[in-house]
Amino acid sequence: MATENTRGLARMMLAPSVGLLLIWMIVPLAMTLWFSFQNYNLLNPANVSWAGLFNYQYFYTDPAFFQSIWNTLLIVGGVLLITVIGGIGIALLLDQPMWGQGIVRIMIISPFFVMPPVAALVWKNMIMHPGYGVLADINRSLGLQPVDWFAQYPLFSIIIIVAWQWLPFATLILLTALQSLDGEQKEAAEMDGAGFVSRFIYLTVPHLSRSITVVILIQTIFLLGVYAEILVTTNGGPGYASTNLPFLIYRTALLGYDVGGASAGGIIAVILANIVAFFLMRAVGKNLDK
Amino acid sequence: MARAVSTRRTVVFTIAAWIIALIIFFPILYTIITSFKSETEAIQGFNIVPSGTVESYQAVQAQSNYFKFFLNSVILSLGSTLLALLIAVPAAWSMAFSPTAKTKDILMWMLSTKMMPAVAVLVPIYLLFRDFGLLDSRIGLTVMLTMINLPIVIWMLYTYFREIPGEILEAARMDGASLWGEIVYVLTPMAVPGIASTMLLNIILAWNEAFWTIRLTTTNAAPLTAFIASFSSPQGLFWAKLSAASTLAIAPILIMGWFSQKQLVRGLTFGAVK
Repeated sequence: MATENTRGLARMMLAPSVGLLLIWMIVPLAMTLWFSFQNYNLLNPANVSWAGLFNYQYFYTDPAFFQSIWNTLLIVGGVLLITVIGGIGIALLLDQPMWGQGIVRIMIISPFFVMPPVAALVWKNMIMHPGYGVLADINRSLGLQPVDWFAQYPLFSIIIIVAWQWLPFATLILLTALQSLDGEQKEAAEMDGAGFVSRFIYLTVPHLSRSITVVILIQTIFLLGVYAEILVTTNGGPGYASTNLPFLIYRTALLGYDVGGASAGGIIAVILANIVAFFLMRAVGKNLDK
Repeated sequence: MARAVSTRRTVVFTIAAWIIALIIFFPILYTIITSFKSETEAIQGFNIVPSGTVESYQAVQAQSNYFKFFLNSVILSLGSTLLALLIAVPAAWSMAFSPTAKTKDILMWMLSTKMMPAVAVLVPIYLLFRDFGLLDSRIGLTVMLTMINLPIVIWMLYTYFREIPGEILEAARMDGASLWGEIVYVLTPMAVPGIASTMLLNIILAWNEAFWTIRLTTTNAAPLTAFIASFSSPQGLFWAKLSAASTLAIAPILIMGWFSQKQLVRGLTFGAVK
């Protein structure tokens, strides 16, 4: 029944979205690519020249670069480890009968709705502060020396904060998947004498595997871009101890005024993100065929 | 016997779940508690019973003009959400109801634009905003937030619209409904819940966006994210004030979030998990 008319209309309805996203994707990225081959400093904007691969070389030989890549991967890996394992555990627990499940659920998902600067500042000042934080209070009451978290373990502290923000996401998605597990299958396995562990390994984990993949991939996209949490806690320091790639690019661009260098870093970030995106698209695309 | 065992299990699960939930929720809870303390009270060690003073709230408003930032957050998140819906509804609609061979590719391509890391385009966006006088303007930031959330909005709407059965359309056509009648009387009522859910999730995402909102604003268009981030280098005693400002910043979205658990899963997984 799709006539020429409706098809034309459909195309017209789609055009604004496609056009805007096309511009949005091509223009800034092309500019970044172009700048990455230029000597361009905002302090000296009249003096722009072709740099070839110099910016990439500069970025590559900067010792902060490898540390920032390493930190980026540590943040992604650390947060994924905590949230996926913690998420599976909490989702399994929430799937059990209990009293006050609604309230428990609300409390557990709440951190996800806290804006990143608030989350980071609350952890920095109320929880991890060496003088007034709750953890310091606990240490003192046990007769221990309070820990100066952001000075001694800057990256670890940031991983904890970000993991706290993303644990609800993993829990919620894994719980949703868990609840779609066929009750009859579970019962059948129980009748056949399968214990909790074997039911978990042979029934639950295979059922959850797709959701776990989705959690890992989506979180990775966001975790590659962690920024505000670093800005308000350690500001990338001490030294470069908690600087990740986004933060290094921000520092190069807006604090160092080095447009060329920051753009080269940006292109590297795009490549990194694309590797992840490739796998995510395949996972989501598979679902579209159903 | 079986009954007793299951009750005991329920008790164990209940206690375990409440302990974990309280630990996870503690930073938020303690922030709310501290916001009702005075500054001297706030640094006197662990104490979960505040004196109940609201002086921190008054101080936050008096010193920093909190309401202006709050208003910016509302304008930016609502504005960008409505703008995104305006662009996305027709697109999702046409892809859901008149799919072509290319629809899947278009959807995947749209999703791929979401994968672009924000920092990669920080420099050009910053320069473009500067040259067009859009730095620290509400319009510039609204457009920005619209663009970064547009793929999610289209995807979410698409997954909702696709669930509307096509037979209903055919039935309406058979009954002689015009295209306009079809849209107004048949499709719209069925699409409203999906649109509402999409809106809710998008407001939450826009409200909490903390890269562009911090980098592209200074004072005029700065929303709560930028306001709170400015607390990172405090002067003097400020624990209770920080708590009050934080509580105000997260309260509206926390409550909205509680109502949108289901939609959250769907929206953030691009329909891959329902």
